[in-house]
Amino acid sequence: MEKQIKLDHGSGGMASRRLVESLFLKYLKSPVLAGMQDSAVIGSVDGRMAFSTDSYVVDPIFFPGGSIGDLAVNGTVNDLAMSGAAPVCLSLSFILEEGFQLAQLEAILQDIARACGHAGLDIVTGDTKVVPRGKADKIFVNTSGIGQIPEGINISPSRIRQGDAILVSGSIANHGATILAERLGLDSNDVLTSDTCPLNHLAAAILETAPDAVHAMRDPTRGGLATALWELAESSGCCFEIEEEAIPVEPPVRAVCELTGIDPLYLANEGRCIVIAAREQASTIRELMRSVEQGSGATVIGRVTGNRAANVILSTRSGGSRLIEPLSGEPLPRIC
Amino acid sequence: MKYVDEFRNPRLVRAIACRLENAALNPVAIMEVCGTHTMSIFRHGLRELIPRQISLVSGPGCPVCVTPAGLIDACAEIAAVPGVIIASFGDMIRVPGAGTSLENARAAGADVRMVLSAVSALDIARQNPDRQVVFISVGFETTTPGTAAAVMQAHAENISNFSIVPCNRTMPAPLRLLMEEPGSAIQGLLCPGHVSVITGSSAFEFLPSEYGIACAIAGFEPADIMQGILSIVEQVENGNPHVENCYGRAVNPGGNPRARALAEEVFRPCDAWWRGLGLIKESGLALRRRYRSFDALQRFGIEPAPGNEPPGCLCGKILRGAATPVECPLFEKKCVPSSPVGPCMVSAEGTCAAWYRYGIGHNRIHQTDD
Repeated sequence: MEKQIKLDHGSGGMASRRLVESLFLKYLKSPVLAGMQDSAVIGSVDGRMAFSTDSYVVDPIFFPGGSIGDLAVNGTVNDLAMSGAAPVCLSLSFILEEGFQLAQLEAILQDIARACGHAGLDIVTGDTKVVPRGKADKIFVNTSGIGQIPEGINISPSRIRQGDAILVSGSIANHGATILAERLGLDSNDVLTSDTCPLNHLAAAILETAPDAVHAMRDPTRGGLATALWELAESSGCCFEIEEEAIPVEPPVRAVCELTGIDPLYLANEGRCIVIAAREQASTIRELMRSVEQGSGATVIGRVTGNRAANVILSTRSGGSRLIEPLSGEPLPRIC
Repeated sequence: MKYVDEFRNPRLVRAIACRLENAALNPVAIMEVCGTHTMSIFRHGLRELIPRQISLVSGPGCPVCVTPAGLIDACAEIAAVPGVIIASFGDMIRVPGAGTSLENARAAGADVRMVLSAVSALDIARQNPDRQVVFISVGFETTTPGTAAAVMQAHAENISNFSIVPCNRTMPAPLRLLMEEPGSAIQGLLCPGHVSVITGSSAFEFLPSEYGIACAIAGFEPADIMQGILSIVEQVENGNPHVENCYGRAVNPGGNPRARALAEEVFRPCDAWWRGLGLIKESGLALRRRYRSFDALQRFGIEPAPGNEPPGCLCGKILRGAATPVECPLFEKKCVPSSPVGPCMVSAEGTCAAWYRYGIGHNRIHQTDD
């Protein structure tokens, strides 16, 4: 077998077929996909559906804790889960650069298959294109997903009420700090790893037991916790008051942030969620989150108030307070 | 985290705030010189803990912000030369010149890479022997010795594809200029901690002795900054201005002579433009004759144009502490961190960026709706 991707692999001819049969179907075991039809024909979905799409262009494509393959599955699964939907199936498209190593593609497919296994769903349709060398950076991935929203689930920022508790599912900024350290060539001695993981089991755990108490959910990806909180507060018309001391940040992540001058509140997470829930059931929800591996670090970080003068106020560890604004421009490391 | 957590301890910070409340009997105007101080004050919400009669004014201590527009355009021009790799500190990449920025140059096809030190730029040069690698050398006394070491190393190894655009500035000269500003109301200076590590606390002695300015050298954690402000207020109240070193764990009176020797080996003082402040005598650094071949402007034959300030931009006044960002008609409107007009909005440590990110509507926090 060849070692590198050639333009022919995206031509739709025999080379494309060989790639699909020898590599893709080796790892992606869905019978629907194996049928290799123009469209995936799937069973009916009861009630309301959620539909989401996202493209993945991360550099580096492999990083401690995962790869672009994990992100492509978990990212779309999480977007569905944050709407209260149980993910049903995914599509998977690659844009590959001519010369991309097949061994790397195989490793990414293994990650995709494993991530699908963790999330409990299949890739049912896909596509591959190859562009000439230099026209793309190694590999770009797109996934789209369909999810089914169970009866009685209504997740929306408009349900956020004064007095609600604000929770996060675990320590923040691990993914962003890991990628930043890789890009800057900081040797983290393997203490930094991405947090990429599927959140659908976590969402299901809390929604099955306390469907009414969960008012809103959001996974704070690009723009970090700060931007996600600001957006939720903005669309709810309420004020969020957050305790800096309560926000979990692991020591290696703090170290990268102190070194670069970047605020961990603005770094991406790929396996964390914010849950806004009725205060009376906050501790139940926290324990439900903690009962699932992906929510083992769940904790309450703040509350919703009626202060209409601001969106998000952070009480700092030192006893001061400041406003939280959304991310504006890429966070860049400072000079000194 | 060691050396961080103990200086963020809320009980310690509150205890200093309490002493400050008692000490501050009269209004005091204090300038924090360093951009990292500005950012830290906002990030930790310290303005909330400082008595209202103390006003904090942000000074010209962000090296990215004071780099003249013409020099940034020159860097972008070098970036456009085929085969060139530009290596730059992250926050320099988005700074607008008069016509363009390194970010725009990168979008147009230039190879612009982010590094954390000049030594990393030298590594890129070693790995790419057939390409010219140009390091954009901004920074004050803190950063200059590292750059000097990289230039000396390149000289020793005879690396011919490495050069720097010298944009380095030194601290004391603009402070003198600010103190001589007619009508300056500044009574105290929170002196830059990292610069002082190199220069030593003695570099600031001229401020109390010649201008009667109270000085405190402070670190960057909340307790450090509060302690520095307390020291300045006590000096002013007691009529006893001097230089107090509140950053004893890092700064000594003589500084770091080895680091200074590196800088002095490679650079000589020269007159230099500061964005927003104009030409300041003996405030910049040029490569000495022995290392002049590492000057990228000479290597590429590029002469920086004198940069014009963008119309309406108040950065010049803001850098002198004569205006606050909210007085600028562009602030938050045309000028935001994602598309900055003036230099103070660009670096996270610029005064306007800090106000934008952490400070705007500062007074809104306590207007609780009931």
